[in-house]
Amino acid sequence: MNALVLAQAGNDFFRNRAGDSCVADNGFCPNWIVHHLDRYVSPFWQHLFLVVVSVAIGFAIAFVLALAAHRRRGLVAPITQVAGVLYTIPSLAFFFLLLPITGRGNTTAIIALTAYTLLVLFRNIIDGLDGVPEEARDAGQGMGLTGRQLLWRVELPLAMPAIIAGLRVAATTTVGLAALATYAGAGGLGDQMASQKEFISNIAVGGALCVLMAVVLDGLLLVAQRLLTPWTRARAA
Amino acid sequence: MSSAPSDGVSSHPQAATLEFRNVSKTYEGSEAPAIQDLSLEVPAGEVCVLVGPSGCGKTTAMRLVNRMLEMTSGDILLDGASVRTRRPADLRREIGYAIQQIGLFPHLTIADNIATVPRLLGWSRSRINARVDELIELIGLDPDDMRDRYPVQLSGGQRQRVGVARALAADPPLLLMDEPFGAVDPINRERLQNELLGLQERLRKTIVFVTHDIDEAIKIGDRIAVLKAGGVLAQYATPAELLMQPADAFVEDFVGADRALKRLALTQAGDVALHPVDDGLPFALLRDDAGRPVAWERAGERHPVRTVREDETLRDALSDLLRSPVQLGAVIGPDGRVLGVLGVDVIHELLEKEADAEDGA
Repeated sequence: MNALVLAQAGNDFFRNRAGDSCVADNGFCPNWIVHHLDRYVSPFWQHLFLVVVSVAIGFAIAFVLALAAHRRRGLVAPITQVAGVLYTIPSLAFFFLLLPITGRGNTTAIIALTAYTLLVLFRNIIDGLDGVPEEARDAGQGMGLTGRQLLWRVELPLAMPAIIAGLRVAATTTVGLAALATYAGAGGLGDQMASQKEFISNIAVGGALCVLMAVVLDGLLLVAQRLLTPWTRARAA
Repeated sequence: MSSAPSDGVSSHPQAATLEFRNVSKTYEGSEAPAIQDLSLEVPAGEVCVLVGPSGCGKTTAMRLVNRMLEMTSGDILLDGASVRTRRPADLRREIGYAIQQIGLFPHLTIADNIATVPRLLGWSRSRINARVDELIELIGLDPDDMRDRYPVQLSGGQRQRVGVARALAADPPLLLMDEPFGAVDPINRERLQNELLGLQERLRKTIVFVTHDIDEAIKIGDRIAVLKAGGVLAQYATPAELLMQPADAFVEDFVGADRALKRLALTQAGDVALHPVDDGLPFALLRDDAGRPVAWERAGERHPVRTVREDETLRDALSDLLRSPVQLGAVIGPDGRVLGVLGVDVIHELLEKEADAEDGA
Protein backbone atom coordinates (compact mmCIF):
# COMPACT_ATOMS: atom_id res chain seq x y z
CA MET A 1 0.00 0.00 0.00
CA ASN A 2 2.71 2.40 1.07
CA ALA A 3 4.83 1.32 -1.77
CA LEU A 4 1.99 1.94 -4.20
CA VAL A 5 1.36 5.49 -2.90
CA LEU A 6 5.04 6.14 -3.00
CA ALA A 7 5.34 4.91 -6.53
CA GLN A 8 2.35 6.99 -7.62
CA ALA A 9 3.80 10.10 -6.01
CA GLY A 10 7.16 9.44 -7.59
CA ASN A 11 5.53 9.03 -10.94
CA ASP A 12 3.69 12.36 -10.62
CA PHE A 13 6.81 14.04 -9.39
CA PHE A 14 8.83 12.73 -12.29
CA ARG A 15 6.26 13.79 -14.88
CA ASN A 16 5.91 17.28 -13.42
CA ARG A 17 9.62 17.68 -12.96
CA ALA A 18 10.29 16.65 -16.53
CA GLY A 19 7.49 18.89 -17.94
CA ASP A 20 8.43 21.83 -15.82
CA SER A 21 12.11 21.71 -16.62
CA CYS A 22 11.47 21.34 -20.40
CA VAL A 23 9.00 24.21 -20.50
CA ALA A 24 11.12 26.28 -18.12
CA ASP A 25 14.11 25.71 -20.43
CA ASN A 26 12.02 26.81 -23.45
CA GLY A 27 12.82 23.43 -24.98
CA PHE A 28 11.05 21.18 -27.46
CA CYS A 29 8.43 19.43 -25.33
CA PRO A 30 6.16 16.92 -27.08
CA ASN A 31 4.10 16.53 -23.94
CA TRP A 32 3.40 20.24 -23.72
CA ILE A 33 2.59 20.39 -27.42
CA VAL A 34 0.06 17.58 -27.19
CA HIS A 35 -1.70 19.28 -24.29
CA HIS A 36 -1.72 22.79 -25.78
CA LEU A 37 -2.61 22.20 -29.43
CA ASP A 38 -6.05 23.71 -28.89
CA ARG A 39 -4.60 27.19 -28.50
CA TYR A 40 -3.41 27.03 -32.16
CA VAL A 41 -6.79 26.14 -33.66
CA SER A 42 -8.28 29.60 -33.83
CA PRO A 43 -5.04 31.32 -35.04
CA PHE A 44 -4.78 28.60 -37.72
CA TRP A 45 -8.22 29.40 -39.10
CA GLN A 46 -7.54 33.14 -38.95
CA HIS A 47 -4.27 32.57 -40.81
CA LEU A 48 -6.02 30.51 -43.48
CA PHE A 49 -8.72 33.19 -43.76
CA LEU A 50 -6.09 35.88 -44.43
CA VAL A 51 -4.36 33.74 -47.05
CA VAL A 52 -7.47 32.65 -48.92
CA VAL A 53 -9.10 36.09 -48.95
CA SER A 54 -5.87 37.83 -50.01
CA VAL A 55 -5.13 35.38 -52.83
CA ALA A 56 -8.76 35.46 -53.99
CA ILE A 57 -8.88 39.27 -54.13
CA GLY A 58 -5.41 39.37 -55.68
CA PHE A 59 -6.51 36.90 -58.35
CA ALA A 60 -9.64 38.88 -59.15
CA ILE A 61 -7.64 42.09 -59.57
CA ALA A 62 -4.81 40.44 -61.54
CA PHE A 63 -7.35 38.67 -63.78
CA VAL A 64 -9.15 41.87 -64.71
CA LEU A 65 -5.84 43.68 -65.29
CA ALA A 66 -4.51 40.79 -67.39
CA LEU A 67 -7.61 40.69 -69.61
CA ALA A 68 -7.31 44.43 -70.16
CA ALA A 69 -3.61 44.14 -70.94
CA HIS A 70 -4.30 41.17 -73.23
CA ARG A 71 -6.37 43.49 -75.45
CA ARG A 72 -4.12 46.52 -75.07
CA ARG A 73 -0.56 45.25 -75.04
CA GLY A 74 0.71 48.70 -74.02
CA LEU A 75 -0.70 48.13 -70.54
CA VAL A 76 1.51 45.12 -69.79
CA ALA A 77 4.68 47.11 -69.00
CA PRO A 78 3.14 49.76 -66.69
CA ILE A 79 1.05 47.18 -64.78
CA THR A 80 4.08 44.93 -64.36
CA GLN A 81 6.11 47.87 -63.07
CA VAL A 82 3.51 48.95 -60.51
CA ALA A 83 3.01 45.38 -59.31
CA GLY A 84 6.77 44.99 -59.18
CA VAL A 85 7.19 48.07 -56.99
CA LEU A 86 4.46 46.80 -54.63
CA TYR A 87 6.25 43.49 -54.48
CA THR A 88 9.55 45.04 -53.40
CA ILE A 89 8.16 47.02 -50.44
CA PRO A 90 9.19 45.19 -47.25
CA SER A 91 6.06 43.71 -45.76
CA LEU A 92 6.64 45.22 -42.31
CA ALA A 93 7.00 48.68 -43.84
CA PHE A 94 3.81 48.05 -45.80
CA PHE A 95 1.88 47.18 -42.62
CA PHE A 96 3.22 50.22 -40.74
CA LEU A 97 2.46 52.53 -43.69
CA LEU A 98 -1.13 51.30 -43.80
CA LEU A 99 -1.80 51.33 -40.06
CA PRO A 100 -2.56 55.08 -39.82
CA ILE A 101 -5.00 54.77 -42.75
CA THR A 102 -6.76 51.44 -42.27
CA GLY A 103 -6.01 50.79 -38.59
CA ARG A 104 -5.10 47.51 -36.91
CA GLY A 105 -6.92 44.44 -38.16
CA ASN A 106 -7.81 42.27 -41.14
CA THR A 107 -8.16 45.13 -43.61
CA THR A 108 -4.55 46.26 -43.29
CA ALA A 109 -3.20 42.74 -43.46
CA ILE A 110 -5.35 41.76 -46.45
CA ILE A 111 -4.45 44.88 -48.43
CA ALA A 112 -0.75 44.24 -48.01
CA LEU A 113 -0.94 40.49 -48.63
CA THR A 114 -3.13 41.05 -51.71
CA ALA A 115 -0.60 43.52 -53.10
CA TYR A 116 2.14 40.89 -52.91
CA THR A 117 0.16 38.38 -54.98
CA LEU A 118 -0.46 40.77 -57.89
CA LEU A 119 2.91 40.50 -59.63
CA VAL A 120 3.12 36.73 -59.87
CA LEU A 121 -0.58 36.29 -60.69
CA PHE A 122 -0.63 39.02 -63.36
CA ARG A 123 2.57 37.77 -64.99
CA ASN A 124 1.39 34.18 -65.08
CA ILE A 125 -2.02 34.99 -66.54
CA ILE A 126 -0.39 37.13 -69.24
CA ASP A 127 2.23 34.47 -69.96
CA GLY A 128 -0.49 31.84 -70.17
CA LEU A 129 -2.53 33.88 -72.65
CA ASP A 130 0.60 34.68 -74.67
CA GLY A 131 1.39 30.98 -74.83
CA VAL A 132 -1.83 30.14 -76.70
CA PRO A 133 -0.77 28.82 -80.14
CA GLU A 134 -1.44 31.45 -82.80
CA GLU A 135 -2.92 28.85 -85.14
CA ALA A 136 -5.51 27.81 -82.53
CA ARG A 137 -6.54 31.44 -82.27
CA ASP A 138 -6.67 31.82 -86.06
CA ALA A 139 -8.68 28.63 -86.49
CA GLY A 140 -11.09 29.67 -83.74
CA GLN A 141 -11.67 33.05 -85.31
CA GLY A 142 -11.94 31.54 -88.77
CA MET A 143 -14.65 29.16 -87.59
CA GLY A 144 -16.72 32.01 -86.22
CA LEU A 145 -15.92 32.27 -82.51
CA THR A 146 -16.47 35.81 -81.28
CA GLY A 147 -13.72 37.53 -79.28
CA ARG A 148 -15.42 36.62 -76.02
CA GLN A 149 -15.99 32.98 -77.05
CA LEU A 150 -12.38 32.71 -78.12
CA LEU A 151 -11.24 34.03 -74.74
CA TRP A 152 -13.40 31.77 -72.58
CA ARG A 153 -13.42 28.63 -74.71
CA VAL A 154 -9.91 28.61 -76.12
CA GLU A 155 -7.50 31.13 -74.64
CA LEU A 156 -8.26 30.86 -70.92
CA PRO A 157 -8.48 27.05 -70.89
CA LEU A 158 -5.12 26.86 -72.65
CA ALA A 159 -3.65 29.41 -70.22
CA MET A 160 -4.91 27.39 -67.24
CA PRO A 161 -1.66 25.53 -66.42
CA ALA A 162 0.25 28.84 -66.19
CA ILE A 163 -2.56 30.50 -64.23
CA ILE A 164 -2.69 27.70 -61.65
CA ALA A 165 1.11 27.67 -61.41
CA GLY A 166 0.86 31.35 -60.49
CA LEU A 167 -1.81 30.62 -57.90
CA ARG A 168 0.37 27.95 -56.30
CA VAL A 169 3.30 30.33 -55.91
CA ALA A 170 1.00 33.09 -54.64
CA ALA A 171 -0.70 30.80 -52.10
CA THR A 172 2.47 29.35 -50.61
CA THR A 173 4.30 32.69 -50.33
CA THR A 174 1.23 34.32 -48.81
CA VAL A 175 1.08 31.63 -46.12
CA GLY A 176 4.60 32.68 -45.12
CA LEU A 177 3.96 36.42 -45.34
CA ALA A 178 0.72 36.13 -43.35
CA ALA A 179 2.82 35.14 -40.33
CA LEU A 180 3.76 38.81 -40.15
CA ALA A 181 0.10 39.90 -40.05
CA THR A 182 0.47 40.03 -36.29
CA TYR A 183 2.21 43.37 -36.75
CA ALA A 184 -0.93 44.63 -38.48
CA GLY A 185 -2.96 43.36 -35.55
CA ALA A 186 -4.63 40.73 -37.71
CA GLY A 187 -3.76 37.66 -35.61
CA GLY A 188 -2.96 34.38 -37.27
CA LEU A 189 -0.24 31.87 -36.44
CA GLY A 190 2.32 34.69 -36.34
CA ASP A 191 0.43 36.19 -33.43
CA GLN A 192 0.65 32.93 -31.55
CA MET A 193 4.34 32.55 -32.28
CA ALA A 194 5.14 36.14 -31.26
CA SER A 195 3.35 35.65 -27.93
CA GLN A 196 6.10 33.25 -26.73
CA LYS A 197 9.04 34.01 -28.99
CA GLU A 198 11.61 32.25 -26.80
CA PHE A 199 9.69 28.99 -26.43
CA ILE A 200 10.92 26.56 -29.05
CA SER A 201 7.88 24.29 -28.74
CA ASN A 202 5.60 27.20 -29.55
CA ILE A 203 7.66 28.33 -32.53
CA ALA A 204 7.93 24.76 -33.80
CA VAL A 205 4.18 24.16 -33.71
CA GLY A 206 3.37 27.54 -35.29
CA GLY A 207 5.97 27.04 -37.99
CA ALA A 208 4.90 23.47 -38.68
CA LEU A 209 1.29 24.52 -39.04
CA CYS A 210 2.32 27.20 -41.57
CA VAL A 211 4.22 24.59 -43.59
CA LEU A 212 1.29 22.19 -43.37
CA MET A 213 -1.10 24.89 -44.59
CA ALA A 214 1.16 25.76 -47.53
CA VAL A 215 1.56 22.13 -48.50
CA VAL A 216 -2.17 21.43 -48.31
CA LEU A 217 -3.12 24.54 -50.32
CA ASP A 218 -0.48 23.68 -52.93
CA GLY A 219 -1.79 20.13 -53.11
CA LEU A 220 -5.38 21.29 -53.53
CA LEU A 221 -4.36 23.58 -56.39
CA LEU A 222 -2.42 20.76 -57.99
CA VAL A 223 -5.49 18.54 -57.83
CA ALA A 224 -7.58 21.36 -59.30
CA GLN A 225 -5.12 21.68 -62.17
CA ARG A 226 -5.26 17.96 -62.90
CA LEU A 227 -9.04 18.07 -63.00
CA LEU A 228 -9.16 21.23 -65.11
CA THR A 229 -6.43 20.37 -67.61
CA PRO A 230 -6.67 16.67 -68.45
CA TRP A 231 -5.14 17.29 -71.88
CA THR A 232 -1.77 18.22 -70.38
CA ARG A 233 -1.28 14.61 -69.33
CA ALA A 234 -2.37 13.11 -72.65
CA ARG A 235 0.67 11.67 -74.37
CA ALA A 236 1.19 10.38 -77.85
CA ALA A 237 -0.08 6.81 -77.94
CA MET B 1 -27.59 30.19 -99.37
CA SER B 2 -29.38 28.33 -96.68
CA SER B 3 -27.75 28.16 -93.28
CA ALA B 4 -29.70 25.05 -92.30
CA PRO B 5 -27.15 22.25 -92.54
CA SER B 6 -28.21 18.93 -93.95
CA ASP B 7 -28.60 15.91 -91.71
CA GLY B 8 -26.13 13.73 -93.52
CA VAL B 9 -22.89 13.90 -95.39
CA SER B 10 -24.44 13.27 -98.76
CA SER B 11 -28.16 13.68 -98.21
CA HIS B 12 -28.42 17.29 -99.36
CA PRO B 13 -25.12 18.31 -100.77
CA GLN B 14 -25.15 22.05 -101.16
CA ALA B 15 -22.61 24.38 -102.61
CA ALA B 16 -22.45 28.10 -103.12
CA THR B 17 -21.20 30.16 -106.00
CA LEU B 18 -18.39 32.53 -105.17
CA GLU B 19 -17.52 35.67 -107.06
CA PHE B 20 -14.65 38.10 -106.63
CA ARG B 21 -15.67 41.40 -108.20
CA ASN B 22 -12.84 43.92 -108.77
CA VAL B 23 -11.42 43.13 -105.34
CA SER B 24 -8.42 45.10 -104.12
CA LYS B 25 -6.64 44.94 -100.80
CA THR B 26 -3.90 47.21 -99.54
CA TYR B 27 -2.56 46.52 -96.08
CA GLU B 28 -2.45 49.44 -93.70
CA GLY B 29 0.92 51.14 -93.75
CA SER B 30 1.81 49.58 -97.08
CA GLU B 31 2.03 51.40 -100.41
CA ALA B 32 1.77 48.43 -102.70
CA PRO B 33 -1.52 46.56 -102.92
CA ALA B 34 -1.54 42.89 -101.92
CA ILE B 35 -4.46 42.17 -104.26
CA GLN B 36 -5.22 44.23 -107.36
CA ASP B 37 -8.57 44.32 -109.08
CA LEU B 38 -9.19 40.59 -108.74
CA SER B 39 -12.26 39.31 -110.54
CA LEU B 40 -13.12 35.66 -110.87
CA GLU B 41 -16.10 33.38 -110.51
CA VAL B 42 -16.16 29.95 -108.95
CA PRO B 43 -19.18 27.87 -109.99
CA ALA B 44 -20.98 25.96 -107.25
CA GLY B 45 -19.38 22.61 -106.45
CA GLU B 46 -16.04 23.34 -108.09
CA VAL B 47 -12.55 23.50 -106.64
CA CYS B 48 -10.78 26.77 -107.35
CA VAL B 49 -7.07 26.69 -106.59
CA LEU B 50 -5.27 29.96 -105.90
CA VAL B 51 -1.64 29.37 -106.78
CA GLY B 52 1.45 31.49 -107.18
CA PRO B 53 4.86 32.25 -105.71
CA SER B 54 5.11 33.45 -102.11
CA GLY B 55 4.02 37.03 -101.69
CA CYS B 56 1.54 36.85 -104.56
CA GLY B 57 -1.41 37.44 -102.26
CA LYS B 58 -3.10 34.05 -102.58
CA THR B 59 -3.66 33.62 -98.84
CA THR B 60 -4.76 37.25 -98.59
CA ALA B 61 -7.34 36.65 -101.31
CA MET B 62 -8.68 33.62 -99.45
CA ARG B 63 -8.90 35.43 -96.12
CA LEU B 64 -10.93 38.21 -97.68
CA VAL B 65 -13.72 35.72 -98.35
CA ASN B 66 -14.55 35.01 -94.68
CA ARG B 67 -13.51 38.52 -93.66
CA MET B 68 -10.50 37.44 -91.64
CA LEU B 69 -9.19 40.38 -93.64
CA GLU B 70 -11.25 43.28 -94.93
CA MET B 71 -10.97 44.21 -98.60
CA THR B 72 -10.09 47.80 -99.51
CA SER B 73 -12.42 47.97 -102.50
CA GLY B 74 -14.57 45.76 -104.68
CA ASP B 75 -16.87 43.04 -103.42
CA ILE B 76 -17.07 39.33 -102.81
CA LEU B 77 -20.40 37.62 -103.40
CA LEU B 78 -21.41 34.34 -101.85
CA ASP B 79 -24.42 32.99 -103.74
CA GLY B 80 -24.94 36.51 -105.02
CA ALA B 81 -24.95 38.19 -101.60
CA SER B 82 -22.11 40.44 -100.51
CA VAL B 83 -20.02 39.11 -97.62
CA ARG B 84 -19.80 42.72 -96.42
CA THR B 85 -23.43 42.65 -95.30
CA ARG B 86 -22.86 39.77 -92.89
CA ARG B 87 -21.66 39.81 -89.31
CA PRO B 88 -18.17 38.24 -89.61
CA ALA B 89 -18.77 35.56 -86.95
CA ASP B 90 -22.03 34.46 -88.61
CA LEU B 91 -20.46 34.46 -92.05
CA ARG B 92 -17.53 32.34 -90.86
CA ARG B 93 -19.78 29.70 -89.31
CA GLU B 94 -21.16 29.05 -92.80
CA ILE B 95 -17.74 28.73 -94.39
CA GLY B 96 -15.47 25.78 -93.63
CA TYR B 97 -11.95 26.82 -92.66
CA ALA B 98 -8.84 24.65 -92.74
CA ILE B 99 -5.29 25.98 -92.47
CA GLN B 100 -1.81 24.55 -92.88
CA GLN B 101 -1.01 24.64 -89.16
CA ILE B 102 -4.42 22.96 -88.65
CA GLY B 103 -5.03 24.83 -85.41
CA LEU B 104 -6.77 21.99 -83.59
CA PHE B 105 -7.54 23.08 -80.02
CA PRO B 106 -5.02 21.16 -77.87
CA HIS B 107 -7.29 21.20 -74.82
CA LEU B 108 -10.29 19.63 -76.55
CA THR B 109 -10.83 16.04 -77.61
CA ILE B 110 -11.16 15.17 -81.28
CA ALA B 111 -14.94 14.99 -80.87
CA ASP B 112 -15.09 18.41 -79.22
CA ASN B 113 -12.80 19.89 -81.85
CA ILE B 114 -15.01 18.66 -84.65
CA ALA B 115 -18.12 19.84 -82.78
CA THR B 116 -16.89 23.45 -82.61
CA VAL B 117 -19.10 25.02 -85.26
CA PRO B 118 -22.18 22.83 -84.65
CA ARG B 119 -22.03 23.96 -80.99
CA LEU B 120 -21.80 27.60 -82.07
CA LEU B 121 -24.86 27.00 -84.23
CA GLY B 122 -26.73 25.50 -81.28
CA TRP B 123 -27.26 21.99 -82.58
CA SER B 124 -28.72 19.44 -80.17
CA ARG B 125 -26.32 17.14 -78.37
CA SER B 126 -27.56 14.00 -80.10
CA ARG B 127 -27.28 15.58 -83.52
CA ILE B 128 -23.75 16.74 -82.77
CA ASN B 129 -22.69 13.28 -81.53
CA ALA B 130 -24.08 11.61 -84.63
CA ARG B 131 -22.42 14.16 -86.89
CA VAL B 132 -19.04 13.78 -85.15
CA ASP B 133 -19.06 10.01 -85.61
CA GLU B 134 -20.14 10.38 -89.21
CA LEU B 135 -17.28 12.76 -89.95
CA ILE B 136 -14.63 10.66 -88.20
CA GLU B 137 -15.73 7.75 -90.39
CA LEU B 138 -15.76 9.98 -93.44
CA ILE B 139 -12.07 10.77 -92.98
CA GLY B 140 -11.30 7.08 -92.66
CA LEU B 141 -10.75 6.82 -88.91
CA ASP B 142 -12.48 4.79 -86.20
CA PRO B 143 -14.89 6.92 -84.12
CA ASP B 144 -14.66 4.67 -81.04
CA ASP B 145 -10.88 4.95 -81.08
CA MET B 146 -10.62 8.64 -81.97
CA ARG B 147 -13.51 10.41 -80.23
CA ASP B 148 -11.90 10.93 -76.83
CA ARG B 149 -8.30 11.41 -77.89
CA TYR B 150 -6.51 14.72 -77.70
CA PRO B 151 -4.77 16.19 -80.76
CA VAL B 152 -1.34 15.44 -79.27
CA GLN B 153 -2.22 11.74 -79.43
CA LEU B 154 -2.66 11.78 -83.21
CA SER B 155 -0.16 11.46 -86.05
CA GLY B 156 0.40 14.43 -88.34
CA GLY B 157 -1.71 12.93 -91.10
CA GLN B 158 -4.54 12.10 -88.70
CA ARG B 159 -4.51 15.68 -87.42
CA GLN B 160 -4.77 17.02 -90.96
CA ARG B 161 -7.77 14.77 -91.58
CA VAL B 162 -9.43 15.92 -88.36
CA GLY B 163 -8.80 19.52 -89.44
CA VAL B 164 -10.70 18.83 -92.65
CA ALA B 165 -13.48 17.04 -90.75
CA ARG B 166 -13.82 20.02 -88.42
CA ALA B 167 -14.08 22.35 -91.41
CA LEU B 168 -16.83 20.15 -92.84
CA ALA B 169 -18.71 19.76 -89.54
CA ALA B 170 -21.67 22.06 -90.21
CA ASP B 171 -21.86 21.01 -93.86
CA PRO B 172 -20.81 24.44 -95.16
CA PRO B 173 -21.56 25.33 -98.80
CA LEU B 174 -18.06 26.80 -99.16
CA LEU B 175 -14.73 25.52 -97.87
CA LEU B 176 -11.55 27.59 -97.55
CA MET B 177 -8.33 25.58 -97.41
CA ASP B 178 -4.99 27.33 -96.97
CA GLU B 179 -2.16 24.92 -97.86
CA PRO B 180 -3.90 22.23 -95.81
CA PHE B 181 -1.31 19.61 -96.78
CA GLY B 182 1.70 21.92 -96.82
CA ALA B 183 3.32 20.53 -93.69
CA VAL B 184 2.90 16.83 -94.51
CA ASP B 185 5.56 14.51 -95.96
CA PRO B 186 5.20 13.76 -99.70
CA ILE B 187 3.73 10.27 -99.30
CA ASN B 188 1.07 11.34 -96.82
CA ARG B 189 0.48 14.45 -98.86
CA GLU B 190 -0.38 12.46 -101.95
CA ARG B 191 -2.68 10.24 -99.90
CA LEU B 192 -4.45 13.24 -98.35
CA GLN B 193 -4.87 14.82 -101.78
CA ASN B 194 -6.45 11.64 -103.09
CA GLU B 195 -8.73 11.49 -100.06
CA LEU B 196 -9.81 15.08 -100.60
CA LEU B 197 -10.60 14.32 -104.24
CA GLY B 198 -12.58 11.27 -103.10
CA LEU B 199 -14.47 13.37 -100.55
CA GLN B 200 -15.15 16.08 -103.10
CA GLU B 201 -16.51 13.45 -105.49
CA ARG B 202 -19.20 12.74 -102.89
CA LEU B 203 -19.69 16.15 -101.30
CA ARG B 204 -19.41 18.51 -104.27
CA LYS B 205 -18.59 21.55 -102.15
CA THR B 206 -17.35 24.81 -103.53
CA ILE B 207 -13.72 24.91 -102.41
CA VAL B 208 -11.12 27.66 -102.48
CA PHE B 209 -7.76 25.93 -102.11
CA VAL B 210 -4.52 27.86 -101.66
CA THR B 211 -1.16 26.31 -102.54
CA HIS B 212 2.25 27.34 -103.86
CA ASP B 213 2.69 23.94 -105.52
CA ILE B 214 1.62 23.91 -109.17
CA ASP B 215 1.47 20.10 -109.24
CA GLU B 216 -0.95 20.10 -106.31
CA ALA B 217 -2.97 22.82 -108.05
CA ILE B 218 -3.22 20.77 -111.25
CA LYS B 219 -4.19 17.67 -109.33
CA ILE B 220 -6.81 19.24 -107.06
CA GLY B 221 -8.26 22.08 -109.09
CA ASP B 222 -11.23 22.24 -111.44
CA ARG B 223 -10.02 25.74 -112.13
CA ILE B 224 -6.73 27.37 -111.28
CA ALA B 225 -6.11 31.05 -110.64
CA VAL B 226 -2.43 31.87 -111.07
CA LEU B 227 -1.47 35.02 -109.17
CA LYS B 228 1.73 36.95 -109.61
CA ALA B 229 3.51 39.44 -107.36
CA GLY B 230 1.29 42.28 -106.25
CA GLY B 231 -1.83 40.16 -106.33
CA VAL B 232 -2.41 40.38 -110.08
CA LEU B 233 -4.38 37.55 -111.69
CA ALA B 234 -2.16 36.15 -114.44
CA GLN B 235 -4.55 33.48 -115.67
CA TYR B 236 -7.75 31.76 -114.58
CA ALA B 237 -8.32 28.53 -116.43
CA THR B 238 -8.83 24.79 -116.22
CA PRO B 239 -5.66 22.76 -115.57
CA ALA B 240 -5.47 21.53 -119.18
CA GLU B 241 -5.88 25.03 -120.58
CA LEU B 242 -3.31 26.43 -118.21
CA LEU B 243 -0.75 23.84 -119.28
CA MET B 244 -1.36 23.93 -123.01
CA GLN B 245 -2.20 27.61 -123.40
CA PRO B 246 -0.33 29.61 -120.76
CA ALA B 247 -1.43 33.23 -120.96
CA ASP B 248 2.02 34.76 -120.68
CA ALA B 249 5.68 34.07 -120.02
CA PHE B 250 5.12 34.22 -116.23
CA VAL B 251 2.52 31.45 -116.30
CA GLU B 252 4.56 29.40 -118.77
CA ASP B 253 7.54 29.66 -116.46
CA PHE B 254 5.47 28.97 -113.36
CA VAL B 255 3.83 25.80 -114.72
CA GLY B 256 7.29 24.55 -115.64
CA ALA B 257 9.21 23.29 -118.66
CA ASP B 258 7.60 19.88 -118.23
CA ARG B 259 4.12 21.23 -118.80
CA ALA B 260 3.47 18.71 -121.59
CA LEU B 261 4.16 15.88 -119.16
CA LYS B 262 1.95 17.55 -116.53
CA ARG B 263 -0.77 17.81 -119.15
CA LEU B 264 -0.50 14.06 -119.74
CA ALA B 265 -1.12 13.44 -116.04
CA LEU B 266 -4.61 14.88 -116.49
CA THR B 267 -5.79 12.32 -119.03
CA GLN B 268 -6.33 8.59 -118.63
CA ALA B 269 -5.16 6.11 -121.22
CA GLY B 270 -8.70 4.90 -121.84
CA ASP B 271 -9.85 8.41 -122.79
CA VAL B 272 -7.77 8.93 -125.93
CA ALA B 273 -8.25 7.59 -129.46
CA LEU B 274 -6.23 4.36 -129.37
CA HIS B 275 -4.99 2.35 -132.33
CA PRO B 276 -7.20 -0.65 -133.09
CA VAL B 277 -5.26 -3.84 -132.29
CA ASP B 278 -5.10 -5.33 -135.78
CA ASP B 279 -4.69 -2.25 -137.89
CA GLY B 280 -1.50 -0.88 -139.38
CA LEU B 281 0.86 -1.65 -136.51
CA PRO B 282 4.43 -2.76 -137.17
CA PHE B 283 3.97 -5.59 -134.69
CA ALA B 284 1.17 -8.09 -134.31
CA LEU B 285 -0.30 -8.45 -130.84
CA LEU B 286 -0.78 -12.07 -129.85
CA ARG B 287 -3.62 -12.69 -127.42
CA ASP B 288 -4.94 -15.65 -125.47
CA ASP B 289 -8.50 -17.01 -125.69
CA ALA B 290 -9.77 -14.47 -123.14
CA GLY B 291 -8.44 -11.58 -125.22
CA ARG B 292 -5.52 -10.88 -122.88
CA PRO B 293 -2.22 -9.76 -124.46
CA VAL B 294 0.58 -12.34 -124.63
CA ALA B 295 3.39 -10.93 -126.83
CA TRP B 296 4.29 -8.71 -129.75
CA GLU B 297 5.43 -10.55 -132.86
CA ARG B 298 7.25 -9.50 -136.03
CA ALA B 299 9.10 -11.72 -138.48
CA GLY B 300 8.81 -14.68 -136.13
CA GLU B 301 10.45 -12.76 -133.29
CA ARG B 302 8.51 -12.22 -130.08
CA HIS B 303 8.79 -9.31 -127.67
CA PRO B 304 7.28 -8.95 -124.19
CA VAL B 305 4.13 -6.83 -123.81
CA ARG B 306 3.85 -3.84 -121.54
CA THR B 307 0.24 -3.39 -120.49
CA VAL B 308 -1.38 -0.12 -119.54
CA ARG B 309 -4.53 -0.05 -117.41
CA GLU B 310 -7.21 2.15 -118.93
CA ASP B 311 -7.36 4.31 -115.76
CA GLU B 312 -3.61 4.92 -115.79
CA THR B 313 -2.59 8.49 -116.65
CA LEU B 314 -0.95 9.10 -120.00
CA ARG B 315 2.10 10.28 -118.10
CA ASP B 316 2.55 6.91 -116.40
CA ALA B 317 1.67 5.14 -119.66
CA LEU B 318 4.33 7.11 -121.53
CA SER B 319 6.85 6.02 -118.96
CA ASP B 320 5.88 2.40 -119.66
CA LEU B 321 6.13 2.91 -123.43
CA LEU B 322 9.61 4.33 -123.22
CA ARG B 323 10.75 1.19 -121.43
CA SER B 324 9.19 -1.12 -123.98
CA PRO B 325 11.41 -2.26 -126.89
CA VAL B 326 8.48 -1.90 -129.30
CA GLN B 327 7.36 1.46 -127.86
CA LEU B 328 3.76 0.34 -127.85
CA GLY B 329 1.48 -0.30 -124.91
CA ALA B 330 -1.53 -2.62 -124.78
CA VAL B 331 -4.33 -0.79 -123.00
CA ILE B 332 -6.41 -3.26 -120.99
CA GLY B 333 -9.76 -3.04 -119.26
CA PRO B 334 -10.50 -4.25 -115.74
CA ASP B 335 -10.97 -7.83 -117.07
CA GLY B 336 -7.54 -7.83 -118.69
CA ARG B 337 -8.85 -7.74 -122.29
CA VAL B 338 -7.08 -5.52 -124.77
CA LEU B 339 -9.02 -2.36 -125.61
CA GLY B 340 -6.52 -0.82 -128.01
CA VAL B 341 -2.91 0.12 -128.46
CA LEU B 342 -1.22 3.24 -127.22
CA GLY B 343 1.78 4.64 -129.07
CA VAL B 344 3.84 7.77 -128.71
CA ASP B 345 2.13 9.05 -131.87
CA VAL B 346 -1.26 8.93 -130.11
CA ILE B 347 0.10 11.08 -127.29
CA HIS B 348 1.68 13.48 -129.73
CA GLU B 349 -1.60 13.89 -131.60
CA LEU B 350 -3.42 14.81 -128.39
CA LEU B 351 -0.91 17.53 -127.51
CA GLU B 352 -0.76 18.73 -131.12
CA LYS B 353 -4.52 19.16 -131.21
CA GLU B 354 -4.46 21.38 -128.12
CA ALA B 355 -1.47 23.35 -129.40
CA ASP B 356 -3.47 24.01 -132.60
CA ALA B 357 -6.34 25.24 -130.51
CA GLU B 358 -3.88 27.59 -128.85
CA ASP B 359 -2.69 28.97 -132.19
CA GLY B 360 -6.26 29.36 -133.38
CA ALA B 361 -7.26 31.25 -130.24
